Amino acid sequence: MNAHQSLAIGQPIERFEAISPAADEPEAMVRFAGISKTYPAYRGKPGVSALQNIDFAIPRGSITGVIGRSGAGKSSLVRLINGLEKPTTGRVIVDGRDISALAGRELRLAQRSIGMIFQHFNLLSSRTAADNIALPLEIAGWTKADIKARVTELLALVGIADKHDRYPSELSGGQKQRVGIARALATRPSVLLSDEATSALDPQTTRAILDLLANINRELGVTIVLITHEMSVVRQLARDVVVLDAGHVVESGHVADIFTHPKHPITQSFLAEVIGDSLPVSLASRIVAAPSAGGQAVIRLQVRGAGAGDTLVARLARELGLDVSLLSARIDEIGGQQVGSLVLGIPLGIPGEDAVTRTLAFLSQHQFPAEHLGYVA
Amino acid sequence: MSPELINLIVQATFESLYMVGIAALLGTAFGLPLGVFLATSRKGELFAAPIVNRVLGIVVNATRSTPFIILVVAIIPFTRLVAGTSIGSTAAIVPLTIASAPFIARLVEAAIREVDGGLIETASSFGASPLQIVFKVLIPEALPGLLLALTLAVVSLLGYSAMVGAVGGGGLGDLGIRYGYQRFMPEMMLAVVVVLIALVQLVQSAGDYLARRVNRRLRHR
Repeated sequence: MNAHQSLAIGQPIERFEAISPAADEPEAMVRFAGISKTYPAYRGKPGVSALQNIDFAIPRGSITGVIGRSGAGKSSLVRLINGLEKPTTGRVIVDGRDISALAGRELRLAQRSIGMIFQHFNLLSSRTAADNIALPLEIAGWTKADIKARVTELLALVGIADKHDRYPSELSGGQKQRVGIARALATRPSVLLSDEATSALDPQTTRAILDLLANINRELGVTIVLITHEMSVVRQLARDVVVLDAGHVVESGHVADIFTHPKHPITQSFLAEVIGDSLPVSLASRIVAAPSAGGQAVIRLQVRGAGAGDTLVARLARELGLDVSLLSARIDEIGGQQVGSLVLGIPLGIPGEDAVTRTLAFLSQHQFPAEHLGYVA
Repeated sequence: MSPELINLIVQATFESLYMVGIAALLGTAFGLPLGVFLATSRKGELFAAPIVNRVLGIVVNATRSTPFIILVVAIIPFTRLVAGTSIGSTAAIVPLTIASAPFIARLVEAAIREVDGGLIETASSFGASPLQIVFKVLIPEALPGLLLALTLAVVSLLGYSAMVGAVGGGGLGDLGIRYGYQRFMPEMMLAVVVVLIALVQLVQSAGDYLARRVNRRLRHR
C-alpha cells in the first residue's frame, strides 16, 4: 500500500488543511505524506496509535510551530523528521529525500542536515561547551583545525564566546541551551528541530532563546520546527502553526489566520491561554439577568484582525450617541493580528430600551462577534 | 622481625601486586567490552541482541556464583593450557582473570546504564554510529563510575589473591597462611594483614581521587 492510498481510505480529509496547497513543490522543506505511527503492544501494554493520517508540509525557510497537549503526538512527529523513528505507514520527505526509507549509513549522513535541540539540553557533562559543540563535527569526520574554527564561530553566533572552556555544570540553563543550539547548527543543517527547547527555562530566558532562534532563521535561512505545548512560544516566534490533538492535525496554516478564527476547541483553548476567556471576578459576580434603572447592559465582543479594535469604542460612542464604558479589555497580538475581547457597559434608560439592540446591530454590521451577557447596576 | 622474614614479606607483596595488576588489566580487557555490551544489548537498545544478552548474563552469573577456591581448582587443566603450568603466580593470574572479568562486566554495565538515555538519542539524532556513541558518549560520560568500579575490582582481587596460595600462587595471603597460621607466627600474620590494609587504602584513595578528577557533573572550583 503506498502513501496516497492510505490517505484515501483514512480519516475524513476535511480535517486537514495543508499549509501550502501545492505541498510537493520544492519550497516544502518537510513533507508528511499519509503518515501514521503505531507503537506495537509490548510486555502486556496495549499498542498505542500515536499519529493518524498526518498530511502537511513545512515551507522552506519558515518557522513552524507544532502545538499540542502532552500525548498529542508531538514527540513522535519530531522523531519522524530526523529518522529516529520510522512511520508505520506513509513517507516523510525532508529536503527532497524520503528520510523514512533510509537506514544505516545513509540515514546517518542525512541526519547531519537535521539539527535538534532538547528540553533538557542533553549536553555531555564530561565535555566543555566547545567540545560539546565539536561532537557532531567529530562524528562527521571533520579535521581538528576545521572543528576549532567552526566551534569558535558558533560560540560567537550564539553569544557565549567567553564560555569556551566551561563545563555544562558551570553554565546557566539559558547558556546550556545556547550550547545546544550551537551544537545543532554545527554541521550546517537545513532544518532545526526544537523539542520543547524553552520549557525548562524561565520566561525571560525563554524570550532571549526565542529571539536567538528568530535571528538564526533570518540570517542563516534555517527552517525551524518548534514542538511545544506553550502558546507563548508559537505566538512569539512562529509564522505557521500545526495544531495536533490525539494524533491528528486538527488545524494548520498561518498563525494569524488560525488564531484569529480558531475552529477546533483545542485551538480555542490555546488561544484562551493568551487572551483569557473569563471575565474579571469582580465583574462576573455583579452580572445579573434583569436590568435595573440607571444600570448598564454588559456586552462582550471579540476583536480579531489588524487594528480592528483601535477606534471601536470611540465610534460606538459617537455614532450611536451612547456613553459607553469599558468594563474590561484584553487584547494581544498574534502574527500581527489583534486578538482579544472587550467587555462594554451600555447605559440603559436615557436613549430608550433599544440601546442593547442598536449596539449589537452596530457590532454585527462591523463584523465583531458579540454577546449580551446581562446587566450590572 | 628478622631480615629474612621482612624479605619474605616484600617478595610476597610484589607477587600479590603482580598477580592483581595483570589480572586487573586482563579482567578489564575482557570485562569492559562485555559490560558495555550487556548494558546496550537488551531489546530496543543500541546493539539490540536480547538472546545473546540473556545467554551472556547467565554465563556471567554462573561464573560469579562459583566460589573462587572451587573455580581455581576446577579450571586447572585450562590454566595449564594457557599458562603452561598450573603452579605459581603466573598460573594464578588465569583464575583471577576469569573471576574478575564477569565481576568487572557487571560493574561496567551498572555504570554505563547510569548515563542519561537522552544523550544516546541526542548523538543518534546527529548521525553518530553505535560505536561512536560508545566511545564518544557512553564511556566518557560513565568514566567516574567506571574508575570507581575498577577500584572496587582491584580491592576484590587483592582478597581473591590470598586464596591462590592453594595452588602455589604465592603472595601475601599465602604467606600469612603458611607462616602466620601453620608455623604459629602471629607477628607474621599481623604484618601481612597490615600490608594488605595499607594496599587497599592506597588503591581506594587513588581510585577516589581519579574518579573525582574526571567528574564534571559537580561544580568544581
